[in-house]
Amino acid sequence: MLRIQGLTAEVDGKQILKGIDLEVPTGEVHAIMGPNGSGKSTLSYVLAGRDGYVVTGGTATFNGVDLLALEPEARAAAGVFLAFQYPVELPGVGNANFLRTALNAVRRGRGESELDAMQFLKLARARMKELNMPEDMLKRGVNVGFSGGEKKRNEVLQMALLAPQLAILDETDSGLDIDALKIASDGVNALRGPNFSALVITHYQRLLTYIVPDRVHVLMGGRIVRSGGKELALELEASGYGAAQAA
Amino acid sequence: MSAIAPGGAEGFLHRHEGLKDHLPGANLPWLVALRADAAASFRAQGLPTRRVEAWHYTDLRPLAQAGFDAPLSAVDAAVALPAARAEQRVVFVDGRHRADLSSFAAASIGHWLPELQGRIAAPAEPMAALNSMFFEDGLFLTIAEGQDAGTLELLHVVQAADRPAAVHPRHIIRLEKGARLALLETSIGPTDKRYLHNPVWQVEVAEGASFTHVRLQQEGAQGFQLSTVYASVAAGGTYDNFTLNSGGRLVRNEIHATLSGPGATCHMNGAQLLGDGQHADTTTFLDHAAPDCASRQTYKTVLKGKSRGVFQGKILVRQAAQRTDGYQMNQALLLSSDAEMDSKPQLEIYADDVKCSHGATVGELDADQLFYLRARGIPEAEARTMLVRAFLEAALEGVENPILHTALEGAIEAWWVRHT
Ligand SMILES: Nc1ncnc2c1ncn2[C@@H]1O[C@H](COP(=O)(O)OP(=O)(O)OP(=O)(O)O)[C@@H](O)[C@H]1O
Ligand SMILES: [Mg+2]
Repeated sequence: MLRIQGLTAEVDGKQILKGIDLEVPTGEVHAIMGPNGSGKSTLSYVLAGRDGYVVTGGTATFNGVDLLALEPEARAAAGVFLAFQYPVELPGVGNANFLRTALNAVRRGRGESELDAMQFLKLARARMKELNMPEDMLKRGVNVGFSGGEKKRNEVLQMALLAPQLAILDETDSGLDIDALKIASDGVNALRGPNFSALVITHYQRLLTYIVPDRVHVLMGGRIVRSGGKELALELEASGYGAAQAA
Repeated sequence: MSAIAPGGAEGFLHRHEGLKDHLPGANLPWLVALRADAAASFRAQGLPTRRVEAWHYTDLRPLAQAGFDAPLSAVDAAVALPAARAEQRVVFVDGRHRADLSSFAAASIGHWLPELQGRIAAPAEPMAALNSMFFEDGLFLTIAEGQDAGTLELLHVVQAADRPAAVHPRHIIRLEKGARLALLETSIGPTDKRYLHNPVWQVEVAEGASFTHVRLQQEGAQGFQLSTVYASVAAGGTYDNFTLNSGGRLVRNEIHATLSGPGATCHMNGAQLLGDGQHADTTTFLDHAAPDCASRQTYKTVLKGKSRGVFQGKILVRQAAQRTDGYQMNQALLLSSDAEMDSKPQLEIYADDVKCSHGATVGELDADQLFYLRARGIPEAEARTMLVRAFLEAALEGVENPILHTALEGAIEAWWVRHT
């Protein structure tokens, strides 16, 4: 599903990604761990198509399509979803309006019919109930005044509504309380299946006990320095990244 | 037409000489004197230039060069009108009341002129002086004590004419104690003709009365609108002004509001939506003259193409105005690198127990916000629209009356469609 080869990228003239090779087959969940500043968010932004993240070499394909050639909205319509490490506040944009506009844009892209306000509300309420989110969050401005954990939950809600084929979760677990972590994980697990893949960026092994990964990769200094099975996360937790690189 | 009409202040004075004996009320000595004084004041000041502090950012030379004449339209000329937005509508064409086109029997200045001695103000500002020299008509409305007059619409239409026309309506609104009124004022004109619409509003809000005044300035692309509102609000009264500037070539919206009794409130909000070649200026003067009054101002300007926006806002808190609560925010969104915004907030405070804040920002669309929307599949153009609408939201929030809100939303939508 996702194939990244020799990917290099720079931000403000500074090279951050120094040759990433990574393949996430359909149906698999891969975790990326790595120290602060190693390039994890940079990788996720490059995959989502953020301006200012300049690809200087390599390729990234999604279901065989050159992902890097697409506009961000086209990537989303193709089924790529990025849960932001730092969700953006949109004062003046109502959450319900935002979610419906996004959902309908993605549905248009998939050739599905758009949902009217009533159909959308029904769907959104059902998803929010599953995620244990209060309904008044629909009425508020997008992420405006949301607590850190509420913002992360709003990301998970968006993921649940947009039902992507590839979810990139950038530290979605950071800031979630114990119950919310469980609920968010359930949200990801509910999407798991033969047509869903995920790239889960996290600092904590704990998340990976809820979302059990097929593979774990260690990103350091802009490169994947080690890959392994789910037990690698436990090993990292025990001995740190210094040992990981040395190994 | 023989000779070319002279332009500038001279031109206006010249036409005043020719017209003054034919204007309404030419037989009323007090009005003749008022007009003569106004002409003398205007002669002394001239058309404001950028050397005058209050006009530093707005250059009237394009207006001075145009050489405007009195309107030519006949009082019964046929006019194409847009659909009414409120059940009750009063229509003015070229500054004159048109009872035949109006759906309710409003009084007009022209009709009541003999009774209006002492009621017609003669403000010193040059454009208001010009209005005093030339006004023929205007809305004259008194809402009786305790009465709720609902929502009225005032439509002002400038008719197409071959010569540039200048119209100067004078509107006088008085709300007696506890009265309520919501007024939607729309100004429109021909798209391809030069004209000047120079209205002056005299607004008086008595104790506990509430007046919501929503103004949609949608003049034609070559039109000039220079409007001045004078409002005074007595104890416990409220004056809410929302002005949307989306039309016209050169526009100024000048508001003078005085909070003259304890507990009076004034909201001045507005949006300026500007495209290539447009200039719009909002200048407010808020006079806190009594204790325990509150004022809120939120102005938003969106600029595309080569356009220029101006906001000048002065809050004066007099010594008597203890416990004043004043707030002013003025924000501009530049959607093009050719656009320009000038802001000049000013606080002048003589009372010591006062809460007064002001702020101004000028910026572009936020790249992070835009990316967030696009990453959720929303196409760039739609994402931009959402963010511009969100930017305007804070100014619109205060307008709760559904008729007024719908009208504003519609006007914003129309502007956006025209400019994308
Ligand atoms: N605009 C920029 N100019 C220069 N360096 C930048 C810029 N943006 C990011 N970087 C650098 O790129 C590196 C990678 O940042 P990135 O956010 O991808 O790290 P991360 O692995 O996600 O870290 P964390 O675990 O703290 O979230 C960091 O050293 C960061 O300082
Ligand atoms: Mg990061």
